[in-house]
Amino acid sequence: MPWIDACSTDDIDEEDLIRWDHAGQTFAIYHSPDGAFFATAGLCTHENVHLCDGLVMGNLIECPKHNGQFDYRTGEAMRAPVCVNLRTFPVKVEGDRVFVEVA
Amino acid sequence: MGKRDYSLFGPDAKRAVDSGLTAAEWYHTEVPRKVMKDLMARSDAPAIRDTIILYGSMILFAGIGIALWPSLWSAPFWLAYGVLYGSASDSRWHECGHGTAFKTPWMNNVVYQIASFMIMRNAATWRWSHARHHSETYFVGRDPEIAVMRPPEVAKLILNFFGILDVIAFVPRLLRNAISGPTPEERTYVPQSEWDKVQHVAFVHVSIYAATIALAVWLGSILPLMVIGLPRMYGAWHHVMTGLLQHGGLADNVIDHRLNSRTVYMNPVSRFIYWNMNYHVEHHMFPMVPYHALPRLHEVIKADLPPPNRSIAEAFREMWPAIKRQVMNEDYFVRRDLPPTAKPYREDFHRYVPGMMPPAAAE
Ligand code: FES
Repeated sequence: MPWIDACSTDDIDEEDLIRWDHAGQTFAIYHSPDGAFFATAGLCTHENVHLCDGLVMGNLIECPKHNGQFDYRTGEAMRAPVCVNLRTFPVKVEGDRVFVEVA
Repeated sequence: MGKRDYSLFGPDAKRAVDSGLTAAEWYHTEVPRKVMKDLMARSDAPAIRDTIILYGSMILFAGIGIALWPSLWSAPFWLAYGVLYGSASDSRWHECGHGTAFKTPWMNNVVYQIASFMIMRNAATWRWSHARHHSETYFVGRDPEIAVMRPPEVAKLILNFFGILDVIAFVPRLLRNAISGPTPEERTYVPQSEWDKVQHVAFVHVSIYAATIALAVWLGSILPLMVIGLPRMYGAWHHVMTGLLQHGGLADNVIDHRLNSRTVYMNPVSRFIYWNMNYHVEHHMFPMVPYHALPRLHEVIKADLPPPNRSIAEAFREMWPAIKRQVMNEDYFVRRDLPPTAKPYREDFHRYVPGMMPPAAAE
């Protein structure tokens, strides 16, 4: 699987996320409060809403449409109305660049 | 548009899907990310304060009502208790269902369960119907929470100020849920993984009502029912009054909350009971913003919204004649002008949406 240079570490505030589109797919990249980076599919599994307008609280991302929540580290669905887990992607940081291993 | 069919299995439901309405993207006012993050921030303090005031007042009013019972002097205390039980529970159910009232999840859940019981809604079903209400607000045949169906049945609207039709609909549904889980219609929006929960919640509610009725029979008095059950009727008027204003008389089948929702300035007591849901356009546009931040959100985006109604009375003066007109012409709706600072309505999209027509044609 290729590692793709997605963004700079400065592009995402701590405890926040951005949308990243690549090769026809949309992703969400997160900067956790303890400084780590994570990536998931960009659309909520409930109704295909972009998660980038949602709220990061600790290790959770809350969807902007119906307040469903996922643990963005594992993709686990944590709060109704989401029931289906979110797909996650490996992330590595080299220097000030964030790389995502896209499938 | 012909006669509206509000059934979740009817032709309007199918048309909403086929026309692309259900897949269309809703209009949002642009708000800088930093500002929005600040508005979305969660906090326990305001909701803990309000919950202590709410439950403390309920205990106080019910206590005085019981002490003065059966004297008529108890009546004002029952009326106050009833509004908190039968109306404030609606907004607590709503805000805790969104999970935005408290920062701490278990606090949202506890208040949500209590409020669902008081407002006579199955806690496991209505979470899902409300999700649909947000995705497909006032789409005919898709939104299960349309308070004013067209043509409006005014007598029914008035009866519901006393919760009569709600309670009549609730009792058989509760028993059915307790015996066999969700109804076929509920199964269209409640995922299968939740069906057991629906049944479990219904069973708990039935048990509490059965115990209350048994106590009333044993005491030979309706007093226990004045505390549990009946306040859903004698205290419903406030949530019905504010609930009708949310979308009543406005457009249906549109994808811009400025066209189908109403923001109304209200007095502080009503805002406490209603937990700031008078900022209803704001709430629908940004459901992640907690109730206590809605006045701030209103200030941020009001230049892009129709001017709010100045009071409950003024909002009724706008809505009630529109509802009466819809009795004869169900395609009529009130279309509010936007200020010059606002982005215009997307006429191009709405032109082909069923039921949406320029105001001149609706006259
Ligand atoms: S679309 Fe994400 S919770 Fe519904």
